[in-house]
Amino acid sequence: MSGIGTGYDLYPTTFSPDGRIFQVEYAHKAVENSSTAIGLCCKDGVVFGIEKIILSKMLVEGTNRRVFSVGEHIGIATAGLTADGRRIVQNARQEAKNYENFTSDIIPIHVLTERLSIYVQVFTLYNYIRPFGCSLMIGSYDEEKGPSLYCIEPDSVALGFYGCAIGKGKQEAKTEISKLKLSEMTCKDAVKEIAKILMKTVHDETKEKEMELEMSWICKETKGKHKLVPKKLIEEAVEWVKGQENEED
Amino acid sequence: MQPKKKTLRPIVTGSSVLGIKYKDGVILASDTLGSYGSLARFRDIRRIVPITKHTVIGGTGEFSDFQEITKILRQKIIENQELVESGKEEDELLPSEIHSYLSRVLYGRRNKFNPLWNDVVVAGFEKGKVHMGTVDLWGSYFEDDIIATGYGTYFALPLMRKAYKKDMERDKALEVLRDCLTVLFYRDCRTINRYVFAEITKEGVNITEPVEIETKWEIADWQEGKL
Repeated sequence: MSGIGTGYDLYPTTFSPDGRIFQVEYAHKAVENSSTAIGLCCKDGVVFGIEKIILSKMLVEGTNRRVFSVGEHIGIATAGLTADGRRIVQNARQEAKNYENFTSDIIPIHVLTERLSIYVQVFTLYNYIRPFGCSLMIGSYDEEKGPSLYCIEPDSVALGFYGCAIGKGKQEAKTEISKLKLSEMTCKDAVKEIAKILMKTVHDETKEKEMELEMSWICKETKGKHKLVPKKLIEEAVEWVKGQENEED
Repeated sequence: MQPKKKTLRPIVTGSSVLGIKYKDGVILASDTLGSYGSLARFRDIRRIVPITKHTVIGGTGEFSDFQEITKILRQKIIENQELVESGKEEDELLPSEIHSYLSRVLYGRRNKFNPLWNDVVVAGFEKGKVHMGTVDLWGSYFEDDIIATGYGTYFALPLMRKAYKKDMERDKALEVLRDCLTVLFYRDCRTINRYVFAEITKEGVNITEPVEIETKWEIADWQEGKL
């Protein structure tokens, strides 16, 4: 099979003539194959929402988690190869633990992001280990600094966002997010908006199987701790989205 | 030659911790003194600390080791939270689990001849009942309805045993503890009259601010008209 990168795409240690590393770009493709995840920085916190495709009726709800806690105050949402995501989260947890043992203080999110960035980058240097096939969104909320959201891609670039989406439907999601007034939105409202984007804009009911919403937040209400959004709130958000749909009809 | 890097003797120490079960839960009590030998050096330390929403620990002995134990346990709680990932409060580590874990940690340290020089009381509410017990620097695990560590074992425990009744009222339990704390203040040279009470019920943990208890120092024989 000959594709664009033929010949230069076997190892991350080879540049193509036009200066690209194809293995890293292929890693991006792995992320693009996965279902969408959204992160929003609101007035009083950060909310994550993940569109989880229910592959089988035999699967228990809430299984196959894609959002993780690092310490108590940081949440990480993944898109792409979940196992790769879990590996990076494991590293993040170790970093957080070491930082706390050393400084007796919880790790600031920008420090953790930088450390993970460096970690991810290492895997783009050698031909015997492959790059991570996942993107991560890292979020935290601090009373003084307010909400923070970062996104790390397989090429290890880490950028700070007010609102971010990764995965299959990230383009449509990003368009919808740019329409929102995030600085005036509360986390409770964000739960509804994210549910709307994931259920209506991103998820194609005709083409794909049913979806499940996995949402988590770090906000004033949770006292800066990363927690799963209560089931009741998610159900209310789903009801609200369905209600909106009926209004539009 | 390498210097010895093991615990030789305790330096800053805390005295007794008392614990008594009552109808709705359990109350722990201790003073707020960290002694530097015979010097009453640190007069506002907390020797009873919360670990989770439903568990507290109290420590006698070397205070820096108690601080280390607090750190180890709190880290374990976070680790467990991360691993379990259910987000449910019910999956938080139970007091009995924390107690067991701590006993293994202390036993491991004693086997290396480098103990954490403490007698720790672990108390909490789980599955509708109170769990209370101690672990000492040798790793001995012990559970009971009335607990005392340090000099409390000798002075307070006999008094508590006499006064204790299963499912006693809260006020009676507090009265027993206050009585024992007073006796300890009279008799134990390494105490001060400044106490903290920690109450654990099914609602959670409530640790009071330090209070003083009235004591009488007039010696009857030396009062006017008594002799």
